[in-house]
Amino acid sequence: MIKDLLKYAVWFIVLVIFQLLILNNIQFSGYVNPYMYILLILILPYNTPNWALLIIGFLLGLSIGIGNNTLGINTSATVFMAFARPIVLEIISAREGYDTEKQLHFSNYGIKWYLQYSLSLILAHHLFLFFIEVFTFSNFFYTIWRILLSFIFTSILILISQLFFIRK
Amino acid sequence: MKGLLRFLLQHHLFLLFVILEVLSIYMVINYNDLQKKSFLNSSNSIYSSVYNKYENITSFFSLSNTNKVLASENANLKNKLLSSYKSNKIIVEEIKDSIYKQQFSYIPAKVINNSTNKQHNYLTLNKGKNQGITESCAVVSSTGIVGIVKDVSDNYCTVLSVLNTNIYISSKIKKNLYYGSLHWNGKLYNRTVLTEIPFHVNVLIGDTIITSGYSSIFPEGEMIGTVHNIDTVKGGDFFNIYVDLSTDFKNIKYVYVIKNLYKIEQNNLEELSSDD
Repeated sequence: MIKDLLKYAVWFIVLVIFQLLILNNIQFSGYVNPYMYILLILILPYNTPNWALLIIGFLLGLSIGIGNNTLGINTSATVFMAFARPIVLEIISAREGYDTEKQLHFSNYGIKWYLQYSLSLILAHHLFLFFIEVFTFSNFFYTIWRILLSFIFTSILILISQLFFIRK
Repeated sequence: MKGLLRFLLQHHLFLLFVILEVLSIYMVINYNDLQKKSFLNSSNSIYSSVYNKYENITSFFSLSNTNKVLASENANLKNKLLSSYKSNKIIVEEIKDSIYKQQFSYIPAKVINNSTNKQHNYLTLNKGKNQGITESCAVVSSTGIVGIVKDVSDNYCTVLSVLNTNIYISSKIKKNLYYGSLHWNGKLYNRTVLTEIPFHVNVLIGDTIITSGYSSIFPEGEMIGTVHNIDTVKGGDFFNIYVDLSTDFKNIKYVYVIKNLYKIEQNNLEELSSDD
């Protein structure tokens, strides 16, 4: 238990630093920015209590928001994503049910399940983030276009990163 | 009472979600006040020390390019020195030094964090209160304007970039001095929009846009950029003039913070007049 706590605390710090120092400097075509730090919410174990998910999402968004000077924008999006996670897990439930011992990883539940799980949550996060950021529905299709581009890059990064952490 | 308690227990998750979301939205709406009053901005000590260490490492890789920029700026300044001019003056006016009082003082600073891909972009500089920087100082680079100082800590400050949809800069066309307001539309990182220039003004593609000096923040005549294209709004009275910024926001390392020594006096006077 303590070991797990320590492990995810390290993930937290590594992801925040990686996002602020490396990913925020990567920009394709001017305004596309991958947001890989949300990987933390995806990899938290299945038996994490839902209230803890929300709190962790809030802290994660807050640490990114302070570094970006965009207080509140990231926070609201990560909290929304953390709230959506148990709902998504229920909707796309795995064939033989979830095993609390197993990681939420495609090596355990299959590629199709993992794509449904990660892509829907990443999309939920991005939709929320970009609309809170512009705070208006004018220029609607321009915002949708930006969401789509960032969504693609974030998803590719997260899927690649998961290839390196195959565990049974 | 029992019913209420049962309701709260049943929906505690959703309630927690709503509370956290309301808190976040509150932070979005009040981000100006919150950033000023608390440690919740990137000029606080943990974040700025991490940014500073990282910047110390990465700035090494762009040294050669920085050298080139500095060398060309030096050459430019040397060209302006009196010693590199041959005097052709025939009438010499006698000017006493005591009539010139310094209005603007320049403080060099280094950019340690920067972004161009958001709607509200900020920079962080490695100079702060201890080096004499105050809120609302102007920031320029050797190629053009950069932004306005927002928050100041002891040794760092954050800067509202020109690429921030919250910033308006009073600027004018260099050749005929008509002035308007410059505002970023949140799209391309190298283009902003100049508005409030009426239709009868003669403006062409390639014209130079400079700061107007009306705002007590920027000195007059700081370079902003050149006109990219001119858009006529149907049913409006004013042009939308798209301006190519002369500052490359993806590549700023060293900037100058400009402090207006007469700003308080000007602002106080203008406030008195606007009360009526």
